[in-house]
Formats: sequence, structure tokens, C-alpha cells
Amino acid sequence: MRINFFKHEWIETNIGLMLVLTMLAISVGGLVEIAPLFFIKKTVENVEGINVRPYTPLELRGRDIYVREGCYTCHSQMIRPFVDEKLRYGHYSLAAESQYDHPFQWGSKRTGPDLARVGGKYSNEWHVDHLIAPRSMVRQSVMPNYPWLMQLLDQSDIAGRMKALRAVGVPYSLTEAEREANVKKFGEQVAAQLHIADARKNLVDQANLGNYDSKPGVSEMDALVAYLQVLGTMVDFNKLDEDELVRAR
Amino acid sequence: MSEQNLQSQTVQTTGHAWDGDLQEFNNPLPTWWVYTFYVTIVFSVVYWFIYPSWPIGKGFLTGFSEITYVNKAGETVTSHWNTRALLAKKLNEQTELQKPYFSKVAASDFGQIAKDPELSGFVLSAGKVLFDDNCAPCHQQGGQGKPGFYPNLADDDWLYGGSYDKIHQTLVNGRRGYMPAFGEVLPAGDIDALANYVASLSGIGHDAGKAASGRALFVSQSAACYACHGENAKGRQETGAPNLTDGIWLWANVPGAQKPEDKIAAIRATIAAGLNKGVMPAWGGRLTPEQIKVLTVYVHELGGGT
Repeated sequence: MRINFFKHEWIETNIGLMLVLTMLAISVGGLVEIAPLFFIKKTVENVEGINVRPYTPLELRGRDIYVREGCYTCHSQMIRPFVDEKLRYGHYSLAAESQYDHPFQWGSKRTGPDLARVGGKYSNEWHVDHLIAPRSMVRQSVMPNYPWLMQLLDQSDIAGRMKALRAVGVPYSLTEAEREANVKKFGEQVAAQLHIADARKNLVDQANLGNYDSKPGVSEMDALVAYLQVLGTMVDFNKLDEDELVRAR
Repeated sequence: MSEQNLQSQTVQTTGHAWDGDLQEFNNPLPTWWVYTFYVTIVFSVVYWFIYPSWPIGKGFLTGFSEITYVNKAGETVTSHWNTRALLAKKLNEQTELQKPYFSKVAASDFGQIAKDPELSGFVLSAGKVLFDDNCAPCHQQGGQGKPGFYPNLADDDWLYGGSYDKIHQTLVNGRRGYMPAFGEVLPAGDIDALANYVASLSGIGHDAGKAASGRALFVSQSAACYACHGENAKGRQETGAPNLTDGIWLWANVPGAQKPEDKIAAIRATIAAGLNKGVMPAWGGRLTPEQIKVLTVYVHELGGGT
């Protein structure tokens, strides 16, 4: 049997046509699997009871260090809806929980454990000791040492980092009107943290109050541990209607 | 291949020739491959009807397949097929399998669990899994602890109490160690005296004179060590203040020092700097009541007391 809808000689001898058809073929995956998610209402399942907030300035710096050190290459932040993952890591991750992450830190490889709900699981001291020398805490660990995290944090560009995220839709506020919108959405306390003009002060205040590394001064460790301790803690699943989450998929 | 065979094959070429005689065969795909390809297309159409598939406007086709599960409120819910509903259903099945054990755990008090051989067998193996996942990063495998960091759970020394109830309380609410930095309020001589007294309690070579004045300071209102560590320095579990007479050291690195004066120096450093660490996270919100009960019995089994 011979099917001859077209001759591929046409394509092979016409580089322009080949270019167009190649681009069409490889864009199908994205168009079919990714693009519709931006239009489907329930993609980010902001059901009643979910009020995920953007990171505070200190947590944001921590996230940037997480990215800088390439933590995502070994740690995922995505608990899939499987029984074994639920038993080990906790409730499956929601799209709503990473709605302010740009880029998201879902990752695709687990050399180390998933970190989507690591917040509150260990003490600050444990994180500090473990990041400096992982094998001092977990003998069989293959994680590298990160002793340089104890260096002082560069705070000078925090406003710029927040402005960049604001440009892609994270509600950090520049104007008074934006700040008031945040007060309505997140409450006074969170809105204050999201105001770019106060970013540096907020960052230092949180680091001093939390003193995550038990040392004076604001270190990169302060920022990273503050970030790790907030992961997966923003949604109270006891107050959620789980059926709503099911219906969203 | 013989000449004849070659000729009998009517091989098509793509039609163009390079360098005069370089041609390219234009063979059809193998039939089996083509049909398999058609089958995958048919399969995908069947799939659209069964599972969530095509996006339509602000929603998507949910497919005809359904999953029925029982939600937390005990209501039966039917949803279109998706992995979240599937998980809810599978978790129910898991819960059902473990129910005979967990409901027995929930209904029994700690002592009964320990006495029932079948139940304690379940609790110890389930407890080990939970312990390795959640507790071992700090308290290490088998609960041996880490001097200077996390207390040993396998010995008979308990900061906050080793009874079932106390362990349970620690697990649910967490703990936070604290001792004031006496270096800020007492002169160096007083701290040295106190260190000598504390050393004397566990038979470390010390200066008897200093130890005597240290003892006086220990129970005095100015240092007031006794308020937390107790009149006889045997510790008070209400405050998490350790027994200073048992030769077990968590914070001051006394066992690591060789000479008595170094041991005393280690004690002195701890008294002067105080402690604001020893944080045990609260597990009440993270683990279920039954899991915490299982862990309580497991940890008690490691080295708990009455």
C-alpha cells in the first residue's frame, strides 16, 4: 500500500517551507499543553481559604540564593498527588502555592528530598548546621557543604528585585493605591512587607527578629533559612474544602 | 543480492541526483509502523472521551470516566476522573487497610499499646518509619542524638520528661530550650565558682573552695540557678532544665575535653553565654493524632521512663 498525500521532496527542496513546517510541528506541544492553561479559570485554584502571599523581602532574597546555589537541581518543590508522596511529604502541592514564584521551583529531579513542605519541619539551628555541613546532621547525605552562606547578605538591590517581580505580576506595591489594594487582599501586616519603599528596612527587621543563624548581622543564611521555613506553610489545609481542589482538575 | 533480485525490486528514489549518480531511496514506511501509528490516533480519540482532555474556553472537557470517594466530612463525592480524586480514593483504601490498627491505637492508652504484642509490633514498625522520616534528621538513627545539638532519646535522661504523656506533649507542641546568658549579669569570678560547683556534681576535678561558693551562688537569689535546675541541681522537667548531676552533657562539651580545667572551661562558657537553642518543632499540625501516638510509644520504647 502506498499513501501519497504529498511528496516530501517538496519540503526537502524548499528550505523556507521546511522551516515553517518544523516550527509548526514543534510548537504544537506548547500550544496544546501550555497555552490553554493561561485561559482555563481553575488552573490556579484560588478556592476559598487559600490566601497565598508573595515572599517578604528577606524570604525573596533567600529564594534568590536558593536559585543561585542551584538547589533546584537536586530538590523538587512539587508534591504530586500520589499516596507515597502524600505519606512522606504531606498534602500535594497546589498551583496556587507557586503563583508568585517566577520562575517556579518545581524542579524535575530528586537527588535530595522534596522541599515543598519543609517549612517548620526542622528548627532554624538544624538548617544552619545542615547547610554548612550536611553530613554532620545526616550521615548518609550526599549534599555539598555551603559554608559561604554565613557571609553577609547583599541587601542593596532588594528593591530592584521586587520591582522586577512586580513587572511580571507579583503584587509588590510601589504606589499608595497598590499598597491599599494589598491591605484589602492580604491584610495590613503582609501589605507592609510587600511595599517596595520599605523593603530594606523590612528585610533587616525580619532578619534581626528571626535571627535565623543565631549570629549578629544579616547573613545569606538568615535569608535562605527564612525562605525554607516558609515553604508550604501558607495554606492551612484543615480549613480548605478538599472537594473544591478535586473539582479544579 | 543477485542481479535479478535487484531488478525485480521497483525501488523508487526521491528523484534527485547529486554528483551525477548519488540518489536517495524513497521507501514507504513499514506497514506495521503505519498501522501502529493509526492505532495511536484511534487510542487518543478514545482517551479524549474517558479522561480530561481538550481545553474549551475557560474550562476543559472532563471526560466520561468518574471516581467516587468519601471526603473528610464522610460524604460520598463523585468527580470526573483526575489524579486528585484518585488520590482521595486510594488514601481511603489505605486508611481502610490500616484502620484495624490505627483505630485500636486511638482507642487504647499508651500502657495498653505497649502490653498488646500485636499492637506494639505494629506501632514499633510504623513508628520506625515515622521516626526515620521526621525525627532522625536531628535525633539521628535510633534516637542516639548528637552531643551539642540534639538530645539522646535512647538513654534514660529526659529534659522534659520521659513518660508517655510528657513525650506526647513534647511531640504535639514542640519545645524551646532557654537559659539566660549569665555572663551579662554575673562577674567572671562568680561564673567560675558556679562552673566549679557544677563540675563537682559529676566528679570532675575542681577547686573545692570555688565549688563551695558556687554552691552558695547556685541557691542564692542573685544567680538563682536553683529556680530552673532545682535545689539539688537534679533538673526540673517543667522548665526543661537538665539534671546537672548525672554526667550526661548535651550543650557543654565536657566529654570532649580531656583535662579537668578544660571541662570546667566548657561549663563556664555555657553558663556565660546561655542558651537560646534546642528548638523542637511542633508536630501537632503536621502529623495526625494517631501518628503522634505511634511515635510517642516508639520514642518511649527507645529510652522512656515513667
